[in-house]
Amino acid sequence: MTDHSVLIYTILAAAVATYITRIAGYVLITRLSHIPPRLEAALSAVPAAVLSALVAPHFIYAGVDVTIALLVALAIGFRLPTLWLLLIAWAGVMGLRYFGV
Amino acid sequence: MNTDFLQGMRSSVPVVVGSAPFGALFGALAVDNGFSVSDAVLMSASVYAGASQLVGLDLFGKNIQPWLVVLSIFAVNFRHILYSASMAPYIKHFSGVQKAFAFFLLVDPQYAETEKRHEKGLPVSFSWYLGLGLSVYVPWVAVSALGAFFGKMIGDPHALGLDILLPAYFMGLVLGFRQRSHWLPVVVASSLVSIVAMHFVGSPWHISIGALAGLVLAACMPVTSDTLEGEGAKP
Repeated sequence: MTDHSVLIYTILAAAVATYITRIAGYVLITRLSHIPPRLEAALSAVPAAVLSALVAPHFIYAGVDVTIALLVALAIGFRLPTLWLLLIAWAGVMGLRYFGV
Repeated sequence: MNTDFLQGMRSSVPVVVGSAPFGALFGALAVDNGFSVSDAVLMSASVYAGASQLVGLDLFGKNIQPWLVVLSIFAVNFRHILYSASMAPYIKHFSGVQKAFAFFLLVDPQYAETEKRHEKGLPVSFSWYLGLGLSVYVPWVAVSALGAFFGKMIGDPHALGLDILLPAYFMGLVLGFRQRSHWLPVVVASSLVSIVAMHFVGSPWHISIGALAGLVLAACMPVTSDTLEGEGAKP
């Protein structure tokens, strides 16, 4: 195989692997006839748990400018919709970088 | 077009704003790493999972065995298993083919918007799901191609402040679920454990480890009538 066809097959294999992660949860959970309350509580926490795990390291490891901008955006995000939060985070980080923070 | 489809399209706006720079960045880095424009487009169109695409690029660039690249992408995307399990009750009424499509389009914001729509008491219809899903998918593939073509002209994403958009967008998603029972303890537990795991174990494992901490905590909390209903939508 040429290097390029290896690349194509690797991409396609990655696509299949990703698709499996997207159907597996559904397939597994629909096999249960009864979902115990504690499992249901865990499933209800999935959005907060997974998305927090994705975001949190940015507060710590992405530089002090990002930390400050995210904290400001966090405070504002409790009151305003997401588009505002994006705008304020972006303006904040640009401002901080402009002033050399 | 029916209203559900249009509502889905409308809720895609912040998603596209948050993810477009990231898609362009992927395209630009892909070409930098020796991908052709069509390779970059193929990866965005078939894998369709931003963070894992960047991880994949990084590994391709280091001449790592192909199966290890695939395994790493699988690890980054492992969280989707939780998504499809937790939204199972809302999409049970989709036909088999509709489900097959729905799972292909299941990216983080698609999942979060689906949960939010259900929480608002609106129907998660296939038209709504597809309206949102296609409005995120098509721009994603398009900006990947643009980034691959014009990569050199995009400039430094850091200098343009684009690196903050994705974490800020995800933070907005997290806040969107603050009415749910045990939201704060789950967020705190997952965040702290993810940060610690990033330091001691490394990426991408911090995502699964951090998520698991929040889920275990939620499962151990006293079961209230709130949690039994699956979501604590309070007035």
